[in-house]
Amino acid sequence: MTLLSGIVLLGLLMLHAFTSSQGQEANLLHKAALVKQLRLTDLCLFTEARYTRHLSQADLNTAFQDHPLSMEHFPSGSFTQPNLPGITR
Amino acid sequence: MNVWIEKQRYIIDFTISSLMRRKVKNIGLLVLYTLIVFILASTMFFTYAIKREAAFILEGSPEIVVQNLVAGRHDLLPVSYLEEIKSIRGVANVESRLWGYFYDSLVGANYTLMTPPQNQDSHKNQGKTTVVENDNGDPHANHEAHALFEYEGALLESGTLIIGNGVARMRGIGKDDYMPFMAADGQIMNMKIVGKLSSVSELVSSDLILMSEADLRKLFGISPDKVTDAIVTVRNPSEIQTVAGKIKKRIHSARPIIRDEILRTYSSIFNWRGGMMIVIFSAAVLAFVIFAWDKASGLSAGERQEIGILKAVGWETGDVIQMKFWEGAIVSLSAFLGGVILAYIHVFFTGSAIFEPALEGWSNLYPNFTLTPFINAEQLTTLFFLTVIPYTVATIVPTWRAATIDPDSAMRHTGG
Repeated sequence: MTLLSGIVLLGLLMLHAFTSSQGQEANLLHKAALVKQLRLTDLCLFTEARYTRHLSQADLNTAFQDHPLSMEHFPSGSFTQPNLPGITR
Repeated sequence: MNVWIEKQRYIIDFTISSLMRRKVKNIGLLVLYTLIVFILASTMFFTYAIKREAAFILEGSPEIVVQNLVAGRHDLLPVSYLEEIKSIRGVANVESRLWGYFYDSLVGANYTLMTPPQNQDSHKNQGKTTVVENDNGDPHANHEAHALFEYEGALLESGTLIIGNGVARMRGIGKDDYMPFMAADGQIMNMKIVGKLSSVSELVSSDLILMSEADLRKLFGISPDKVTDAIVTVRNPSEIQTVAGKIKKRIHSARPIIRDEILRTYSSIFNWRGGMMIVIFSAAVLAFVIFAWDKASGLSAGERQEIGILKAVGWETGDVIQMKFWEGAIVSLSAFLGGVILAYIHVFFTGSAIFEPALEGWSNLYPNFTLTPFINAEQLTTLFFLTVIPYTVATIVPTWRAATIDPDSAMRHTGG
């Protein structure tokens, strides 16, 4: 019985995912239009450092920041990787 | 067929009552198991949704961004480079961008200050820039025709600002309020807020502050012959890579970043090899290994006794294995369903509240955004095979070993 109700609930959530992803299309288009209008390049996910705010525009020496021994120390650096052709390709 | 179904029903009934006899142990197991599935599913849902959303939103980002590098660092780009780039065959338009970062010591947050493209008049006068036209048939183009900013009738002009919703929330300010900045020359610039960017766009605009070109140049002390970077529109989209290569050849200090690289950056974000992600995954894998080890290393004394009694009263080895299969399936399916449902609620209804402290890091300004629930069958199938199948299989193996031995010795083994 519990399993059955779980399956039904999961089904309802999948239905929610389907309907709301269609319902939020206007919001997505709005964001996309803002990106195009303002010529934006990145998501505003991590504002703690310049190279995590604009991941795709980061300096090539980001990993060492300001000094060869000054390694990455921002928490968001553990979720991301720089836009280096050798790595992302 | 009916007989088989009836038999399975009885076995399931018996299995459930058997599970309920060891209520504390099994509920504890279920809670822990659900938690592991929840963490894995939340990570998968969040990662997939943000990647899909980024891919959609950033589809309209510039085709090529050209930076100027000095000693390996992003430096201001001389305006003369724009003309140089414009002369490259295949380039349709070159436009400059003027933007920078501002640290607000009052709240300890970093803002992105930028000039909207239409405000960069000085380069137009010099013929250094051209306007990017809306592409015909572009689904985004119609939306651009409507007001995207909460201008409320006010235009961005010198001495005014349009701020992102995150900035407004953080500073507790809004339209008609004033925001002071200390310029590069030490002067205080008291800017009036004339509008606020919409809250639904926070994922891209939370920390943005839009201001006129003159104000931005004054604030950062940028001379008129420099811009932050340039964006290039290419006539034939299939030539973007070639044009980027030509720019690099023509201007040696230039670093062209093409749109594909921007999109790739976000398609590899939250990659499983990333530091925090590997911690989450390894913790989950370790927990599963402990589960599987516990199950595969043998049954408890009580379980062996139960199997012995069942065999003594006439159950066959196959029936016992079926019972244990259902036991594993019930526990793992319940954990799977519970974990997935909770993860969905966590990611798409609470805005990933548990992940938020980790994602915020040391930043004081974090966008409030609701992700579009992009879910696909592949995610759920992967999760199912990662969680339900190993546990169910791990339950059957020791049961088969116990069920094949003599019931008398199985009972004696436990009775002593």
